[in-house]
Amino acid sequence: MGKENNLKLLTGNEAIARGAYEAGVKVATAYPGTPSTEILENISKYPEIYSQWSVNEKVALEVASGASIAGARTLTAMKHVGLNVAADPFMTLAYTGVGGGMVIVSADDPYMHSSQNEQDNRFYAKFARVPMLEPSDSREALELVKEAFDISERFDTPVILRTTTRISHSRSLVRIAERVPAAEKKYLKNAQKYVMIPAYARLRHDALLERWLALKDFCEDERFYEIYLPQGKKAVKDIGIITSGVSFQYCREVFTEVPILKLKMTGPLPEKTIRQFCTGKRLLLVVEELEPYIEEQVRLLNTGVQIAGKQYFPYKGELGLEILEKVHDSLFGTNLLEGKAQSSLTSQSIKDIPARPPVLCAGCPHRPVFHVLKKLKAVVMGDIGCYTLSVLPPLSALDSCLCMGAGIGQALGMEKADPDLKNRVVSVIGDSTFFHSGITPLIDNSYNGGTGLIIILDNSTTAMTGHQAHPGVGMTLMGGITEKIKPEDFARAAGIKNVKVVDPYNRAELEAVLKEELERKELSVVVCRRICVLLEKKKRQSRIYIEVEECIKCGNCVKFGCPAIELKQEKYEINASLCTECQSCVPVCKSKAIKARQQE
Amino acid sequence: MIINDNNNNNYKQAVKFASKKAEGSLKNEEIISVLFSGVGGQGIILATTILANAAINAGYDVKVSEVHGMAQRGGSVEGSVRFGKKVYSPTINKADFIIALEKLEALRYMPRLTPDGFLIINDYEIYPSTVFSKEVTYPQDIESRISSVTNHFLIVDAVRIAGRLNEIRASNVVLLGVFSNFLPIDNECWLASVKQSVPAKALNLNLEAFNMGKNLF
Repeated sequence: MGKENNLKLLTGNEAIARGAYEAGVKVATAYPGTPSTEILENISKYPEIYSQWSVNEKVALEVASGASIAGARTLTAMKHVGLNVAADPFMTLAYTGVGGGMVIVSADDPYMHSSQNEQDNRFYAKFARVPMLEPSDSREALELVKEAFDISERFDTPVILRTTTRISHSRSLVRIAERVPAAEKKYLKNAQKYVMIPAYARLRHDALLERWLALKDFCEDERFYEIYLPQGKKAVKDIGIITSGVSFQYCREVFTEVPILKLKMTGPLPEKTIRQFCTGKRLLLVVEELEPYIEEQVRLLNTGVQIAGKQYFPYKGELGLEILEKVHDSLFGTNLLEGKAQSSLTSQSIKDIPARPPVLCAGCPHRPVFHVLKKLKAVVMGDIGCYTLSVLPPLSALDSCLCMGAGIGQALGMEKADPDLKNRVVSVIGDSTFFHSGITPLIDNSYNGGTGLIIILDNSTTAMTGHQAHPGVGMTLMGGITEKIKPEDFARAAGIKNVKVVDPYNRAELEAVLKEELERKELSVVVCRRICVLLEKKKRQSRIYIEVEECIKCGNCVKFGCPAIELKQEKYEINASLCTECQSCVPVCKSKAIKARQQE
Repeated sequence: MIINDNNNNNYKQAVKFASKKAEGSLKNEEIISVLFSGVGGQGIILATTILANAAINAGYDVKVSEVHGMAQRGGSVEGSVRFGKKVYSPTINKADFIIALEKLEALRYMPRLTPDGFLIINDYEIYPSTVFSKEVTYPQDIESRISSVTNHFLIVDAVRIAGRLNEIRASNVVLLGVFSNFLPIDNECWLASVKQSVPAKALNLNLEAFNMGKNLF
């Protein structure tokens, strides 16, 4: 068995955490978001690093910035859309620069495995003129985190480490090393650097532009790119590929006979290296997911070489072996895809098979809330979290989901635009999302005379990303105990008079309260509080079953959408292995055939 | 070569054929691609981890790809492991082996199997929500649909076998035990991997599940 002790199989996220540890990071911050979440979860295992969940990415970046000014190496991780939230401090951090080294991980999500859009955050690097590194596997992720800190301190700038889902969530072998404490730095007051009044900001903008020029030279260093030169008879000389990130892996596996320039630093781009790589070539293939970020910049170099990129590769989704094999076949007349195309026999055999979309879990306390809202025919402005799944049949309960915290503001806009929507529009937001960006629209709604109903689904965790703590939980990332902050206190502080807390498992109360507050001609907030069913540690006490004789087969129970309620051979049943005994389905049954039997 | 009739000879023949073929591929510095499919929560990440560690123990380069986040909530999920002398892409186009933890998810992912690849299927049905709401029906002819395309498949009653250990969640490890016979990786690499991949208190259970799968036929 040939395994070294310091060789580990790590995800990109675990490798980034390890890189931060080895680089001597002292402070790390984040708000959870797929595919970035596990970076901070893994960093929190190192007691040498102070780590925290912040309420949102903007605050996370600001906390990191403060720690950096105070001299510490800091890392902040976020998903791609998180950088939109943090864009305000980010754009000006490019001006102020850093004290201790500062790395911002942007984990993009091509194909939107778990996101609302698939924006290409590489443009943020160009936009802010902040250097950017892109690893192509876990080993590089670890190495480049360390490089990023060196660049950050050398050039007095934050640095973006940009990953995609396939880097963050793929495992590959990584060689780990010891932690090297960063050089001690102390806070030094420097108002011209850190106080961005116009007069100082103009100076810092000059500094930023100068720094960018210096980085343009620096990125030509050979540790920031690799050139693969194929050997043998089949090797091609007049075609070349420029690529970065996971796309490199696809290129290297499929285009084995073509020279490849792999860029590890993609902001700024190494113009001289690219020109040199183009020498003697007829065609340059730029292979990248999402936007033609590299391609457009390479075109501006006017190398005289024909450039092909997005004419072959899609602007959306992920690349993969299949797409590259197709392009390879069309360029080289090969048959890599032969035998891989789906036969008509195969197509026939998978015809009309049921889709299996993700669903709210059995016993999820969000389900009864949406079931009631549907009954009340409410227009529901939703938000981001597990509860977004209530948009799917059979609940089909959502009218909108835009971005973190959007629902409360959208609901106000709806009723302002059309008074007929008053008493019908509801906004629904989870507890973690509320702390993230629901508080400001709550105040806005109250200030501007909203009359709607704001529902806060409080399951005492950040469930979708895997149960991270937040200010309402009473615990920090590092396990510290804190005061539980309550959403209803914010509602009261915002001058909202009608504030109620209900248990969503209590159907009668839930329905009465939601109906009353929806009809009320004033703004109200209802907190539906019940811990996430996956965290509830309850002993089995009863068994829920459907009494066959009393079942009238109306199908109301399956329209509730609980995965534990099954319809098999025209018989409605409760799957005991999935049922959590929440009993939310009991009042849903028209004929009262769903019963609880106490277990002896 | 139909191996789904629990005919010992056919099974042995299939195992021999598959592991010979895999051995040849690995010698040629080709990559073996294994796709796991199932329903969120069935333990795909553990299954990929055990296979990956076994391959590392045997001295191969490995890449694993997995799914986190929204898709995990009871949706259709996949994970993949690729190993060989040197692996580049973490994701799979066509799989040499598909390990399906649920029957419908075997059918759904079948188009990803190479023409002479093998499919190992858990004899277990989880009905998707779309079936209960009567939008669609759960196909009752999965086996014949699959056999219309390939006879390289094996249906294992892993849930019942794991049930003997009073832990049906160990059915993923039972399937890995069966699958281990199809690969040219020494048993000691597998056993060491189980040790590396599961928590200490669950070790004996998982070792037993693995061995029950391995010695099933």
